[in-house]
Amino acid sequence: MNSTSTHFVPPRRVGIYEPVHQFGMWGESFKSNIGNGNMNTPSHIVIPANNQKLDNNLSEETSHGTAGTPHMFDQEASTSRNPDKIQRRLAQNREAARKSRLRKKAYVQQLETSRLKLIQLEQELDRARQQGFYVGNGIETNSLGFSESMNPGIAAFEMEYGHWVEEQNRQICELRTVLHGHINDVELCLLVETAMKHYFELFKMKSTAAKADVFFVMSGMWKTSAERFFLWIGGFRPSDLLKVLLPHFDILTDQQILDVCNLRQSCQQAEDALSQGMEKLQHTLADCVAGGQLGEGSYIPQVNSAMDRLEALVSFVNQADHLRHETLQQMYRILTTRQAARGLLALGEYFQRLRALSSSWATRHREPT
Amino acid sequence: MDKVVRMSSEKGVVIFSKSSCCLSYAVQVLFQDLGVHPTIHEIDKDPECREIEKALMRLGCSTPVPAIFVGGKLIGSTNEVMSLHLSGSLVPLVKPFQANLC
Repeated sequence: MNSTSTHFVPPRRVGIYEPVHQFGMWGESFKSNIGNGNMNTPSHIVIPANNQKLDNNLSEETSHGTAGTPHMFDQEASTSRNPDKIQRRLAQNREAARKSRLRKKAYVQQLETSRLKLIQLEQELDRARQQGFYVGNGIETNSLGFSESMNPGIAAFEMEYGHWVEEQNRQICELRTVLHGHINDVELCLLVETAMKHYFELFKMKSTAAKADVFFVMSGMWKTSAERFFLWIGGFRPSDLLKVLLPHFDILTDQQILDVCNLRQSCQQAEDALSQGMEKLQHTLADCVAGGQLGEGSYIPQVNSAMDRLEALVSFVNQADHLRHETLQQMYRILTTRQAARGLLALGEYFQRLRALSSSWATRHREPT
Repeated sequence: MDKVVRMSSEKGVVIFSKSSCCLSYAVQVLFQDLGVHPTIHEIDKDPECREIEKALMRLGCSTPVPAIFVGGKLIGSTNEVMSLHLSGSLVPLVKPFQANLC
């Protein structure tokens, strides 16, 4: 039975009762008890008000603090201790939430921009492919056609080669100047020897580079495109060298003619022998790679034997350079100092022209039609 | 090593090689081009391969294969043969052993 009285009940107090009401009730029963002759029923017994009333009271309390009763409790507790601390913490929370929202906004904007850029790049790539440009897969080439390799040995070689070409051009200029003017034989001899040593220096550089990446040296990646067209085992053909030089010597003694003739023949024979050796290496490597069962994983044991065969490639590159070295050396022996100077000038200019041809060709290819 | 001495002293041009060595093959081709039929010893097929290698190195070869002997005398490896040939000295050396071309 619900009581309509609305006494305010402090929340922490337990044992809620309504004395007046109780008394009233008891009064009734007292009277009836007295009628029964029972005088021992104590009148001070407190019977808690019915549960429903209790619940109502409590629910009233909770409805006041819907954000969370603990919040109210806290407020009650800390308000009594430190109201500023609460205010500061609230402000910090607000600030943190604000910053988080800003960061998220910035991130989303970044994503949008990147997405647009990606679409743009893909479109450019498609256009380039349609126009026939070779679009490589991550291999960068600068204007001189060098490839920026991640191999430090190769990167070092490419840098050194750049310097080598500069020095080569300087020497060619000097040779041209002195041959048109007057120079004594001793000084000319020195120039010739310097030029010879410069070529030998290149062979040493290539030997080091071959140990770092033999395929790089083999394919002449550091050379211009026209030079690469004439490539033979990582460099120029020794027999080509003689073909380039010989037209420039008008007066040769009989002995010289004989020596040059023999050199041409032995050079050709040595070149042929190395070429055949290379062919054999290619065949054995191909057999090695193609051999065995097809299917995933079955190649693994053959990789080692293939790698062994590839080691031989380094020897071939070295041997080819040795042949170039010896051809130059023999020409130097056969010719006079002045003839050797003219020969070196001719050779240097030949390679300069090949490099110029490569540039012209590349530029011609890019001109709009 | 007796075996090496015996093999290298064989008449004519003797080449120590390995079946897998393509540079040895190149040297072989060169001699054949000069009209010589060299005797080839593929040491990887020999059970005493390791000892032969060591013996060849001791005799002065920079690499065990190819090792070229002409008339019992050690010429060297590929480098030496190429240098000799380009300087014109190889042909006179092998002349006595050139096969008569019919």
